[in-house]
Amino acid sequence: MKKPENLGFRLGTGLFGLVLVVLVAAIGAELFRQSWLSVQKFGLNFWRTEVWDPVAGEFGAYPFIWGTLYSSILALLLAAPISLGIAVFISELAPNRLKPVLVFLTELLAAIPSIVYGLWGMFVLVPAVRAFEMSIPQALKATPFFSGPPFGLGMLSAALILAVMVIPFTSSVAREVLKAVPTAQREGAYALGATRLEAISAALYYARTGIVGAIMLGFGRALGETMAVTMVIGNNAKVSLSLLAPQHTMAAVLANEFSEADTNLYLSALIEIGLVLFIMTLIINSLSRLLIWSMARPMKAPVSAVVPAMESAA
Amino acid sequence: MTRGVRRRKITSSIFVAFCALSVLLALVPLAFVLFFVVSQGIQSLNVAFFTHMPAPVGEPGGGMANAIVGTLILVTLGALFAIPIGIISGVYMSEYAGTRFASLVRFAADTLNGVPSIVIGVFVYGIAVLPFKQFSALAGGLALGVMMIPIIARTTEELLLLVPGTMREGALALGATHARAVFTVVVPAALPGIITGLVLALARIAGETAPLLFTSLNNKFFTTKLTQPIASLTVQVFAYANSPYQDWHRQAWAGALVLVTIVLTCSLLARFATRRLEGLGSSR
Repeated sequence: MKKPENLGFRLGTGLFGLVLVVLVAAIGAELFRQSWLSVQKFGLNFWRTEVWDPVAGEFGAYPFIWGTLYSSILALLLAAPISLGIAVFISELAPNRLKPVLVFLTELLAAIPSIVYGLWGMFVLVPAVRAFEMSIPQALKATPFFSGPPFGLGMLSAALILAVMVIPFTSSVAREVLKAVPTAQREGAYALGATRLEAISAALYYARTGIVGAIMLGFGRALGETMAVTMVIGNNAKVSLSLLAPQHTMAAVLANEFSEADTNLYLSALIEIGLVLFIMTLIINSLSRLLIWSMARPMKAPVSAVVPAMESAA
Repeated sequence: MTRGVRRRKITSSIFVAFCALSVLLALVPLAFVLFFVVSQGIQSLNVAFFTHMPAPVGEPGGGMANAIVGTLILVTLGALFAIPIGIISGVYMSEYAGTRFASLVRFAADTLNGVPSIVIGVFVYGIAVLPFKQFSALAGGLALGVMMIPIIARTTEELLLLVPGTMREGALALGATHARAVFTVVVPAALPGIITGLVLALARIAGETAPLLFTSLNNKFFTTKLTQPIASLTVQVFAYANSPYQDWHRQAWAGALVLVTIVLTCSLLARFATRRLEGLGSSR
């Protein structure tokens, strides 16, 4: 290993690895540099101000961060239980012949381009959501969650489409995490007379850190999702609790207004939104990977050590 | 006691039913999306779609020839940029798997993979559009390349780690240098898998819109100039979907059908290929 030719190989390939590290640092540095104008001018008020009026030169990003968080949380509320159900069904319940087919189909859900979801959302989902919104009873419409006229375009459509797009990511990680749970956990439960639910609960409890990680990974995806959301959310920079209200997200405002930004300050404000989106996804993704890793790693060693022995015995 | 058992069994069955229902809930939107894309897209998909230029407003017909060529150019540019970096950094991560720097590269790859595509677009705008005051195919290709690098790197790493250590040791025992052992024995052994991964990465990247919106922008005309703005299928679908014209909506559906066909074909091919690879692996 100490020969010079090996050192050359190590340095040569390592240099290409360095490109990735530099890229991540460069993204952060470039976004920070370009948003400096806006950071200096508005400071933290940027994120507390509700008015976004580029023509008047007023830039407040609160509606966007609100829309991003609200839509992602709503999407996760829908997607998390469904993703877990899918993960459990595929890893614990489905017959062996059905498993690869289901895995393929859920992966397909992740492979469909965002713009196609957006197109479908615009012309199929939004009219359906509008019809649903019109049938909401008056009593419900009195609550802040369902107030306002039924546009179809709005928070509800965005949350639905985001949920569909997040499900494949969360369910596939949850499946991996469940795979790392030792079979003995389930067998132990069954031996004590547990029902299926009870045995699976034991496995889920064992895997809880990894499952939280899987859900967070889905959250990270939802935060940054752009095209499908911008095509169905209505793109209206207004903070509202109502699921019916057209709103806006950080990614959507970038997609819509970036190429139209005519002043340096406008551009800089948009890039600051990009910078914060970058930092948010960076933190969420790192945390979720840490959780998944801490769950799957320590267990992997004993599992792989035990399983071959069992297989050769059988 | 029996009563308790029955209650537990019923709860358990409800849970099993919920899990099965979840699968259905995820497959319904998949079926709906595919159904609408195919049924709407097929109506306006014809030879002219591939060979003709976009028609002016109000004139029926026309196609997306410029956008199709544009997407091909952009994906090729991205691949040229990403494949060497991705594969060689993947080699580094697998060959020096235990080292601290390899962990850092892996962390960078995973981080890059999680960066929202629109943010990649903003970044490339800052480094490749703003300095030249010119939207260009090169900038678009760069953005797509940045998105491809982590996918290729991680796929390469994982596949190289699957190659049995004895193959590398055999090459080293015959007196090959480390580099030679890796590039003539280990990498070729994993090559079918790596190519499958590349095909999937290309398909995924061909469907990206957000990083192109303000790097390669769009172009009504046919161009192959790399320093000019260029059309792409995805950005064109976005533009048409947002237009008020029925004709353009139909074109958008046709574009979506082409995109979905590309993705679907690649996924099926990759699946077929990996199954064959797994078959080979188990017979070894």
